[in-house]
Amino acid sequence: MKRKMEVSELIFKIIAYVLLIIFSALCIYPLLYALSSMFSGFDAVRDGKVVLWPVDVQGKAFMYVAKNSTFWINYANTLFVTFVGTIWCLVYSILGAYALSKKRLMGRHGFNFFLVFTMWFAAGVVPTYLNYQQTGEIFASIAGKNTFTDIDLKWLIVIAMGMNATNIVLLRNSFEGVPSEIEEAARIDGATELQILTKVYIPMSKATIATVALFFGISRWNGYFWAYKVLGGAQSYSWPVQVYMRDFIKIETNLTGIAPSRENGSTIGADNLGEALSYLYSMVVFAMIPILIIYPFIQKYFAKGVNMGGVKE
Amino acid sequence: MFKLKCDDFLIYDEATGTYSMSAEQKVRDETERNRWKTTGFTLLKDWRLYLMLLPMLLVYLLWKYLPMYELTAAFKFGPASNPSERPWAGIYAFQTIFTGSESTNFWMAFRNTFILAFYGLLFGFPTPIILALFFNEVRSNVARSIMQVCVYIPKFISTVIVTSLTVLLFQGTTGGTQVGVVSKLLGAISSSSTLHNRLDAGLVYSSEYFRAIYIVTDIWEHAGYDSIVFFAAVIAVSPTSYEAAQIDGAGKMAQMRYVVLPSILSTVIIMLIMKIGGLLSVGYEKLYLLVPNNTIGNYKVAEVVSTWSNRLSEAPVPKGTQDQAFGIAGEMTNNLIGMILVIGSNTIARKVSDVSLY
Repeated sequence: MKRKMEVSELIFKIIAYVLLIIFSALCIYPLLYALSSMFSGFDAVRDGKVVLWPVDVQGKAFMYVAKNSTFWINYANTLFVTFVGTIWCLVYSILGAYALSKKRLMGRHGFNFFLVFTMWFAAGVVPTYLNYQQTGEIFASIAGKNTFTDIDLKWLIVIAMGMNATNIVLLRNSFEGVPSEIEEAARIDGATELQILTKVYIPMSKATIATVALFFGISRWNGYFWAYKVLGGAQSYSWPVQVYMRDFIKIETNLTGIAPSRENGSTIGADNLGEALSYLYSMVVFAMIPILIIYPFIQKYFAKGVNMGGVKE
Repeated sequence: MFKLKCDDFLIYDEATGTYSMSAEQKVRDETERNRWKTTGFTLLKDWRLYLMLLPMLLVYLLWKYLPMYELTAAFKFGPASNPSERPWAGIYAFQTIFTGSESTNFWMAFRNTFILAFYGLLFGFPTPIILALFFNEVRSNVARSIMQVCVYIPKFISTVIVTSLTVLLFQGTTGGTQVGVVSKLLGAISSSSTLHNRLDAGLVYSSEYFRAIYIVTDIWEHAGYDSIVFFAAVIAVSPTSYEAAQIDGAGKMAQMRYVVLPSILSTVIIMLIMKIGGLLSVGYEKLYLLVPNNTIGNYKVAEVVSTWSNRLSEAPVPKGTQDQAFGIAGEMTNNLIGMILVIGSNTIARKVSDVSLY
């Protein structure tokens, strides 16, 4: 009896280890592949000779991207949108979640519903786009411009995008978990509402705030679709780096399944697919660097941050 | 004489034999009468809280609720003889997409949405649970942390990069050689003639293999990260439960069935409801990038309602046209069904297991 039990456990353990190692390797492989291709020879990349390690090592693609000023302007745009946008989303989310976590708030259920309903039903892609145009027009008229394309739409992206009701619910649940005695003690000591939030609630919900901040930041950094829809071709100076990469793919490579439109604004010239792909891999690697830098610092909060907030009502 | 025991709101006067209202009750009635005043007072006292709430409410109102006003466009366009915008044109747009000239494309997109969502749920939902159970078997903290760092990473890679890498790894023939690493591998291990035919054009753009690739890359992106919640639930199972089960002679499978599963069930149900909530909003960003236009081979299986709607209103068609109204009507149908699904699953979960998300 005892022996049989050990066998089933051992088999399960072996299966678990093997599959986990395979899956982890698969998760990390495309990134290693991109890194190797970045430093490989153009022809080796084109002919698919790169499997894991760089072939015909060279640094041309790295240098091309490092010297490509358009890429770095777009990179700066992304940094700006990520940094300011994350702070903006965090500020209104924390303030709102704090107010929603208070049982004494009148109309609390109504406000909660107002928030949660957006998780159930969304207007859709086209209505959202039309709405961005119209609110853009409002911003433009406030700024004294004629149409919304006259203003720097980076600001519209910063303020109007990256909303996430789940994050606010996570924050709210975490704030609700703070014992009310601590709040009362602080209130007796004469703390104001804002002081209670910043001195009591925020320090006690560090894990959740870190996790939520990472969510906001990642969605900003990786945001492509709406930035592309709103900025279009007109404001290419405000493009985030993801849009630039997509444009590069479209013009220089055959990856979209349609022939590359090299004639409009190509920087590489015809028949250099390997070269274009190497440049693309370099951009991919460069575009992931900030996330890979920040990620280890916040990763340790994940389990705690997500779990503590929970998804219970 | 029978004396009412209700001193807290009435006072019995022995001399006259009558009841009169107590002072407390008078105060209570006064409070009741002045409730609107106290309401005002509470609002006033908590004005700071409302001020804190205000930015969030404004943002949601402007960019989540105001777009819903645009849905009215779906009701504003009439038949082709009179296609311009009118104050009210009934359900012509819905008729067109359900049974009229746009119905073929709409139902194709609608079916694809359901199929991709269904496969995504079928294969994508159990994977993180299995991962969490596997992680629980790894006793070494260092080894587990390293593996967890690896499996979380795909979640943080942008859609543009994921789709580019997908296409690159599955890329087809260029000048006689298979360039994509995965294409090469598949070509080497499989002798299926369909596969070999499709390999040349690139697997992502073939209608036969697109769905599988989409689901696999989706699992690759999300499974590791989604396992966090389940892992937290699995490690919360107390070791004594396992020991008790072992003493009773339970093997690994029996332990899973009778110890682990019941303890993580509520987490599983809540995550399932959340998954179903986002079911019909299948990743349109990803599909938008993978389906460049409607002449590509994967179009017939990859077009979902949101990409179809977006295609209808993208240039060369200018803003506010009839086609746009069709797209809006289609997407509205899709999202309403999505909402019914989430409310329905939530209600069922509440009835069956006392666990519900909302």
